[in-house]
Amino acid sequence: MTQGLSDLDTGPGPLSHQLDTVELAARTPDLEQPYGELGLKSDEYARIRDILGRRPTTAELAMYSVMWSEHCSYKSSKAHLRRFGDLPRSEALLVGIGENAGVVDVGDGYAVTFKVESHNHPSYVEPYQGAATGVGGIVRDILTMGARPIAVMDSLRFGPADAPDTARVLPGVVAGVGGYGNCLGLPNIGGELLFDACYAGNPLVNALCVGVMKHEDVRLAKAEGVGNKVVLFGARTGGDGIGGVSVLASETFDEEGPAKRPSVQVGDPFTEKLLIEACLEIFREDLVTGIQDLGGAGLSCATSELASAGTGGMHIDLDAVPLRDSTLTPAEILMSESQERMCAIVEPDKVDAFLAVCRKWGVLATVIGEVTDGDRLTVDWHGERIVDVPPRTVAHEGPVYDRPMQRPADLDDLQADDPAALPRPATPEELAAHWLAVVASPDGADKTWVTEQYDRYVRGNTVLAQPDDAGVVRIDEGTSRGIALALDGNGRYARLDPYTGAQLNLAEAYRNVAVSGARPLAVTNCLNFGSPEEPEVMWQFAEAVRGLADACRDLGLPVTGGNVSLYNQTGDVAINPTPVIGVLGVHEDVRTRVPTGWRTAGETVLLLGVTRPEFGGSAWASVVHGHLGGRPPAVDLEAERSLGELLAALGREGLVTSAHDLADGGLAQALAESALRYGTGARLTLDGDVFTALFSESAARVVVTTTDPEAVRVTAEWAGVPVTELGTTGGDVLAVDGVAELPLAELRAAWSATLPALFGTPEATVGSVPAGTVPTS
Amino acid sequence: MRIGVITFPGSLDDVDAARAVRLAGAEPVALWHDDHDLEDVDAIVLPGGFSYGDYLRAGAIAARAPMMQDVVDRAHQGMPVLGICNGFQVLCEAGLLPGALTRNGHLHFRNRDQALRIERADTAWTQDYEAGQRIVVPVKNGEGRYVAAPADLDRIEGEGRVAVRYVEGNPNGSMRDIAGVTSENGRVVGLMPHPEHAVEDLTGPSTDGLGFFTSVLKAVVSA
Repeated sequence: MTQGLSDLDTGPGPLSHQLDTVELAARTPDLEQPYGELGLKSDEYARIRDILGRRPTTAELAMYSVMWSEHCSYKSSKAHLRRFGDLPRSEALLVGIGENAGVVDVGDGYAVTFKVESHNHPSYVEPYQGAATGVGGIVRDILTMGARPIAVMDSLRFGPADAPDTARVLPGVVAGVGGYGNCLGLPNIGGELLFDACYAGNPLVNALCVGVMKHEDVRLAKAEGVGNKVVLFGARTGGDGIGGVSVLASETFDEEGPAKRPSVQVGDPFTEKLLIEACLEIFREDLVTGIQDLGGAGLSCATSELASAGTGGMHIDLDAVPLRDSTLTPAEILMSESQERMCAIVEPDKVDAFLAVCRKWGVLATVIGEVTDGDRLTVDWHGERIVDVPPRTVAHEGPVYDRPMQRPADLDDLQADDPAALPRPATPEELAAHWLAVVASPDGADKTWVTEQYDRYVRGNTVLAQPDDAGVVRIDEGTSRGIALALDGNGRYARLDPYTGAQLNLAEAYRNVAVSGARPLAVTNCLNFGSPEEPEVMWQFAEAVRGLADACRDLGLPVTGGNVSLYNQTGDVAINPTPVIGVLGVHEDVRTRVPTGWRTAGETVLLLGVTRPEFGGSAWASVVHGHLGGRPPAVDLEAERSLGELLAALGREGLVTSAHDLADGGLAQALAESALRYGTGARLTLDGDVFTALFSESAARVVVTTTDPEAVRVTAEWAGVPVTELGTTGGDVLAVDGVAELPLAELRAAWSATLPALFGTPEATVGSVPAGTVPTS
Repeated sequence: MRIGVITFPGSLDDVDAARAVRLAGAEPVALWHDDHDLEDVDAIVLPGGFSYGDYLRAGAIAARAPMMQDVVDRAHQGMPVLGICNGFQVLCEAGLLPGALTRNGHLHFRNRDQALRIERADTAWTQDYEAGQRIVVPVKNGEGRYVAAPADLDRIEGEGRVAVRYVEGNPNGSMRDIAGVTSENGRVVGLMPHPEHAVEDLTGPSTDGLGFFTSVLKAVVSA
């Protein structure tokens, strides 16, 4: 992939065995350069020549190519993402979009930073390492803000559950998320696992990390103070992940293209754990003035962003960079995406203390340069100047495209294909069969096969985790203050209407945080789309961003940051537009959190919200009929907000014993999950059309249980939320009068068998205990 | 009462172990693997995690840390030592406990709430339980399969060295459902499950794990 670069520095040709220096570049303006292979367009290359007033050196070309990639520069999405920055300033937002992650005030002097990021392309090429380094990257982003990472979540989407390639990709991705997160000591508190044919060549692996700190501990990524040292610390630099952001993350997969495995990074969570502890100690002792992690685009990104955000000047001596492979060329060192590395700006008189902390944790740390006067980023190699650029043009002033947009030609037909016309279950037996089918579908099924591979207990502050609707983590043992997080997406809704779909995704994550009893505070997002060079994809993207921004304004929530993943398509088939939305909420006291399952018999089951006949994009239409068409459910953000306020009040007052949001699969799915959680059934009566009651996916609805239905009714009336009584918990059957009597054992068997049947039953391979060898005493 | 919790590079559940010690009414003392100073602690917990990334073998490198020489010496003099998960692996690698922990039979990392039976209620770390008592605490490991040669297993069983056994399902293929073992004198105990994750109703599946940490308070006083 980087053959073009290597050739120039070491290979044959007019410059064989000659280092490409700034001086040489000025003398050889007409040398042909492999910008196309590095992912740059000809007009972008021309602009680089324009900026520098000469041709770029090989190393400069490498830097620009990775930093101007779609992944790093957001060149196609930037124009649209401004909508998030234009949202009204929130008092809760301490640091906004633009830094590594936004920072939110959660009270009592605590600040929380959270962000979700994609690692889709690497995870398809090399599932284990792709997913593992996705977790590693987002954790470093959170760490960089000065926070201790406290939990992770993962949102995963794969091709058809029974496709052979899914059996290759899914187990590797799950093992990678677990392998890295478990070894870092971060509890995995939730996420998603969904399947759709559109993700067959483009699985989505979105990882979220959340961290906590005190307000005064917030760190920023900027290089200031002439004479301050630039310290590279963490792992040595190797040849892995070269061009990851440009040739891997910013291009469409092509069946005939070359193997891209060398562009995937390899992770070492042990080194990252040491890096975390070393950084936190360095922060505690106030030893840095600025810090940046090395992720996509490696050293090119860290140095240019630090310099660009600071005073502008920086000099790097590339010979000082510790290498794993001494044959790397300078351009490769600048582009390498070797994991577990950080870059800090340290005052000269603090360097010794900084290095001592790194030594204590066994972390390699090296001074590689310093902050300089002026506004140039310069890099030397073997005593010669190979980079001399204005860092802002590399990091922050990359190209911005106003890509053409066009409403998908098939959208009218798709929306006209109303699922109301689909055959509905005609008998109670059929209704029960459809219910079981939805619950046992790969999307609806028990996710234990996955979540058992994740540590949810480490650090001892996990109050709720999957399968609860939101993850809840205590952040202060003294006051029991805590946070709630939910991560949700729905590509079907967004395919039918990206504006509404994005709003529904936000509403679901908002509701999931609210059902735990938390007050929603802020939003992050990971926008997974196809190629921005396709006008129809660009339209979907613009609509989704517009929908999300409008909904955030209505709900009064700031967007703290996010990530855009484009080029999720193989050939000319794009994935469904899939915005994945994370919502952060705060619990004044996590002891009042509300779980999702039913524990006790004799409690009243109530439905909050209004059910309409809405089946567009529903799990029922998809599972039973393989159908996607019509319009997604209507969005009513005022109703979502009222419901959220009601749930917070109910939680605070201890008026409900459980609460479960209604989303994919509607009431059918929510009832089954609530009953199966602790093995408590219920006897229910559904008024009106039972089919609609069970399978509609109308938004702004929640099922709660209570011992005091009258108090819930009064509170709901105050909040303006309609309440419908459904019945009473108890027994080992989920029964709907006149419709179905589903024994929980049967329901559980169907629900929990799906994933093990597809991906293997661990028990089957466990060495069994020979009979008679186990003492009974 | 001071109970040391040793942090190795890659230890993860050290904060949890310290919390459990505190909730049991003792003072947790943070110890660093590279030191030789046990700071006059009365007992020691080796916490869970991935010391040295589980490189070479889980627990193998940590077992050779400078502080482990002191731990071994003091254990031979009767100081109570508890190894949880990775700590259990370290104790086996250090020769303080018999057997070894290998890759789970099904090859997956597994985290679940696990039922256990207390087999020995007379060790320094289990005397607050009844023999035969069923408790539920989390188990979470990738290399938790307890193995030993058949003759050694017979000897371990015969000497009553099995401290805790998995019941209602074996999460990792451990031989004879062994979840934890004890030294001959009952002062050193290692187990794969995590009692320190079951010390608060808010965050654990139960508070069944607290007994390990309250037990040792009496063991130290009576020693």
